[in-house]
Amino acid sequence: MERVLQYDGSFDGLLTTIFTIYQHKIKSPIIQAPAQQQSSIFGTAHEVITEPEKAHRVLKRMNELSTPQDMREFYKAFLSEVIGIENTLFQYCQQTFEAGKAPSGDYGNSIILKISQAAKMVGREKHRMEAFIRFHLIEDDLYYANCEPDFNVLPLIASHFKNRYADQKWVIYDLKRDFGISYDLHEVVEVTINFKDPRSQRGIVNTGGLKESRFRESENNYRDLWNQYFKSTNIESRKNMKLHLQHVPRRYWKYLSEKVA
Amino acid sequence: MNYERIKEKLEILADAAKYDVSCSSRGSKRQNKNKGLGDSSGMGICHSYTEDGRCVSLLKILLTNVCIFDCAYCVTRKSNDIKRAGFTVQEVVDLTINFYRRNYIEGLFLSSGIFTSPDATMERLIRVAKKLRLEENFNGYIHLKSIPGASDELMQEAGLYADRLSVNIEIPTKEGLKLLAPDKDHKDFIQPMKAVKNAIDLYKSEKEIIKSTPIYAPAGQSTQMIVGATGESDRDIMYSANFFYNKFQMKRVYYSGYIPVADDSRLPAIGTEVPMMRENRLYQTDWLLRFYGFDVREILNEHHQNLDMDIDPKLSWALRNLDQFPIDINRAEKRMLARIPGVGMKSVGKILSARRYRKLGWDHLKAIGISMNRSKYFITCSSREFESRDLTPIQIKSQILLSGSSKYSKNFTNQLSLF
Repeated sequence: MERVLQYDGSFDGLLTTIFTIYQHKIKSPIIQAPAQQQSSIFGTAHEVITEPEKAHRVLKRMNELSTPQDMREFYKAFLSEVIGIENTLFQYCQQTFEAGKAPSGDYGNSIILKISQAAKMVGREKHRMEAFIRFHLIEDDLYYANCEPDFNVLPLIASHFKNRYADQKWVIYDLKRDFGISYDLHEVVEVTINFKDPRSQRGIVNTGGLKESRFRESENNYRDLWNQYFKSTNIESRKNMKLHLQHVPRRYWKYLSEKVA
Repeated sequence: MNYERIKEKLEILADAAKYDVSCSSRGSKRQNKNKGLGDSSGMGICHSYTEDGRCVSLLKILLTNVCIFDCAYCVTRKSNDIKRAGFTVQEVVDLTINFYRRNYIEGLFLSSGIFTSPDATMERLIRVAKKLRLEENFNGYIHLKSIPGASDELMQEAGLYADRLSVNIEIPTKEGLKLLAPDKDHKDFIQPMKAVKNAIDLYKSEKEIIKSTPIYAPAGQSTQMIVGATGESDRDIMYSANFFYNKFQMKRVYYSGYIPVADDSRLPAIGTEVPMMRENRLYQTDWLLRFYGFDVREILNEHHQNLDMDIDPKLSWALRNLDQFPIDINRAEKRMLARIPGVGMKSVGKILSARRYRKLGWDHLKAIGISMNRSKYFITCSSREFESRDLTPIQIKSQILLSGSSKYSKNFTNQLSLF
């Protein structure tokens, strides 16, 4: 009989679930994240309570059997939030435990291929966020940026921004998942902001004239200079919008300073 | 800061710098230090793309577009009646820092018209880089343009603050250069390249002995050639590129399809289409030399002086060398896998890794992401069928062209399009 296991959507939660499956020798488990939870007509739902200690035991064993590269892919695939990815990740663990070694690079194996493809999508968006994050100086010394990535990539980009902007305070906020990362010149921590505005009007969007925005004058000036640069560096006789859109998909435009309408 | 004036300068001096196609910002080793600003030890990042589809990773500007030279192909040439402007050192520093802090750019690409002498110009470029590094503690990427004719001493100094140095050879042949840039001498381009190469070698060998030796131009040097302004063949261009790769250990050679900017009887008329397809094929060839282990003479030679426009250079080479195929996916060495049309280096890595576990068939290859459309005529694997049985090169080519939907195919059809 199939057993539906519901977890809280965290990485530790997933690992605890995997521990639970082994502990109770559950035969055909289906793992569900909170967002996709619905009662299955086949099985009974069981809620898994996250226990860091159990999670760490699974993680430790996986680390022993895998290369760091394998584990990075595993974590990235998890962040894809693709429906059903938890079950693929569980099968991956199963294969690893059975063989006593992670099947690194076995691209002829559909589980590996799925994980590597999910990881690739996440990796691409991680890179895009490193590129498309636009900071705005909103207080004397605080730079703020918001985004709405398709995948949950903030955990992956924290160290990049920490290394790069070691001497400025910054916040990067994921409006879709309603949490952000914040750097105070010492370390990066997770934060949530209590916005006054309703959900769809939060954050900094690039619509409307620059002058009407809430920024101080110098901030508007730099945004304006950047826009000027973006225009001047274009070569009209080589215009190729298809290529442009391929690189800068429209869904990212509303937060890109150079795309102010 | 007089913001309106800066904006006007930016309009003029970014516009004038845009014909330099170099955009790389990777390959440096400059880590963030002392909690300063910036880090250029990882991959370069394209922060945006222009509407023509080119990467925007660096603030690419001229210090000034005032120039005492009169090179026919250059928009900044002295005889061109255009608005002139110049940034101060401090203005460039402020723009770079403020753009960088907002995550607009990876760093600065600074070039200049030659306003008095090559040395005076070079000296001013160095001052910008020096100020960024020493006063602003900036660890972002800096690419300085070497000014043709600048002294060896200044080139020595430039490399201590820049990540990359480059001087554009512009015209691939000496004769072409004489025709279009009568004020410039071929050796004025070569000399700074030589100085930089020697300095790189020197600092590298010193660093092996003394750890505290400063890094010198860690991302190396590059150059650029204009394509299609003079009548050179693809062979001329790529042999020249190959010379720079080997002789000066260039990190990159860029190819820039000539964009008519002047009415000059020596040049293609204004309005002539930019040779984008040709440019694309040259980059593909460049890739084959740098990453796929091809020798330039295999691709271009006396019998084959120009690249095919309708198919990519690897496919073209394969069709001329059918005797080397089919290649067995499950046995061939890396070097040969890399020669299969439609198989990129990433796929080569995946094949090598996946075949340690099992023999691969068509389905595996498809799932891995190989372009079967082109590759299937050139490989055998553990599936039984083999597609190229007795096909001639012409037959293979036409089948590939029929099945493919190249974005350029409209340029090659014989069909009249009336509507």
